[in-house]
Amino acid sequence: MNNIYVKKSLLHFILIVGVVISLGPFYWMIVGATNPSGEVLSFPPTIVPGNYLIENLKNLSEAIPILKALFNSALIAVFFVGASLLVCSAAGYAFAKFKFKGSNVIFSSFLLAMMIPYQATIIPLFQIFGALDWINTYQAVILPQICYPFAIFLIRQNMKGIPDSMIEAARIDGAGEISIFFKLALPTMKPALAAVGIFLFTHQWNNFMWPLIVMTSSDKYTLPVALSTLAGLNSVDYGQLMLGTAISVLPIMVVFLFLQKHFVSGILGGSVKE
Amino acid sequence: MTSTTKRLEASKTKKGFITPKTAPYIFVFPALLLFLTFTVYPIIASFLLSFQTRISGVYSFTGLDNYIRLFSDPVFYKALGNTFIILLVQVPIMLFLAVILAVLLQSKLLNIRGFYRVSFFTPAVTSLVAASIIFILLLNTDYGLVNYILTSLGMERVPWLSDGIWAKISLIMVTTWRWTGYNMVILLAGLQNISNDLYEAASIDGASSIKKFFHITIPQLKPVLLFCFVLSTIGSFQLFDEPYNLTGGGPNNATLTITYYLYNQGFGYFDFGYASAIAYVIVLFIAVLSWLQFKVVKE
Repeated sequence: MNNIYVKKSLLHFILIVGVVISLGPFYWMIVGATNPSGEVLSFPPTIVPGNYLIENLKNLSEAIPILKALFNSALIAVFFVGASLLVCSAAGYAFAKFKFKGSNVIFSSFLLAMMIPYQATIIPLFQIFGALDWINTYQAVILPQICYPFAIFLIRQNMKGIPDSMIEAARIDGAGEISIFFKLALPTMKPALAAVGIFLFTHQWNNFMWPLIVMTSSDKYTLPVALSTLAGLNSVDYGQLMLGTAISVLPIMVVFLFLQKHFVSGILGGSVKE
Repeated sequence: MTSTTKRLEASKTKKGFITPKTAPYIFVFPALLLFLTFTVYPIIASFLLSFQTRISGVYSFTGLDNYIRLFSDPVFYKALGNTFIILLVQVPIMLFLAVILAVLLQSKLLNIRGFYRVSFFTPAVTSLVAASIIFILLLNTDYGLVNYILTSLGMERVPWLSDGIWAKISLIMVTTWRWTGYNMVILLAGLQNISNDLYEAASIDGASSIKKFFHITIPQLKPVLLFCFVLSTIGSFQLFDEPYNLTGGGPNNATLTITYYLYNQGFGYFDFGYASAIAYVIVLFIAVLSWLQFKVVKE
């Protein structure tokens, strides 16, 4: 009996150390964001949140267009998720519910593309958008990844669960193929689409390298790019840097906390089923 | 019966050219078009570009020149070496921690799994830029919290980001912090698929927990571990956000990764031909390493 108690305490101790390491930096970020710059570096360190949030926000928005960056990030992520969900679920539906010539070849090449690092594509992509005169535009960030193979894969796995008899019945009732997709397949797939949608949103929200390359003026920067330039400035105000970081992290964390069950299933999906 | 046939006939004529036969092509078309334009074409174009050099503003084919230059470029070797060091040190440490955490979370003694799982996974939803910025401040040599804790314990200050070796260690720490929980969740899913009977049978035979871990858990987790290994290998070759923001590739290129070098060549010097050659070396390494890992697991 005693032995179990010791084991249990040890288990919790190890896990709590893990929690402190995982979440500690976030707590420290919130402390930093609400205190004057000097406090971040003071000895002994400040460990309680202060009341300097408004001042930090004022300083931050003077240093970089943070609200514009927040707007850019949100706009890009929303359009990307909407477009990607539509395109990927249409493709996933076709692969799951139809037999057609070329389906295996197309699906396999989508999967194969997942293995190829995207760095192999960025230079020609930059040239394409240069030729279109689309450098520094929202569509240059959104378009390249709308066809997201992993999302197609996950949606296909889920769409397989729709009974063929249901689709057949709708056909017999005279429904067209397009309306079967929109009125039957998509509504029954809501939970899966939510999971994939959250996954896509996080992916785009945190995307850094491509927006860094393609967005050339500060009014088009996304949050990660804007933050990166802020950290690179010589005279850094740590309070505002921490606040900027918090602004980029907190929205996604709140979404994650509320929807974590779906989120985790969105990442895992069918990927580890052997 | 007849009414059904009639309705079927009616619907056939009504639908026009969107029939069950043409529909799948219509549904796949947008994805396929985007895929061809923004993935397939760039992959091919980049391959062709890797054999070209810009001479007075015009790209012309110069054969293997870029690749020859690459293999005599000391900075390329340094970047490649750094990438391999990070891969060989960071990935095993991270997967080891992830397995341990996953197994601990599976323990029957635990009653608040959800809290721990969410906590460990949280770093994985943060942007790498934000994580890097938090760690720049935490690891500051003179004022950082980490060195404050070390000095209060009577230890020396560590030049986390300004010394070549420590900068690599810092990069490894930040990467591990960001991705361990992610791998843990994948491994947790794998653990749930291991049949309980195996453990019960082992218990009857008197096997210790350690024995059960090495003889049941690890072998049964093999396919999932392989999946994590392949993902992490690809991830290591793509390391960019962290070194760019944490150390700027320094000091003295000590944290320059291969993708960072590609970025510098492509968008620092706009040497697209050379950068494409680097890209194809990355593709080659990922292909070979993934293939090797599959081979090793198959024995």
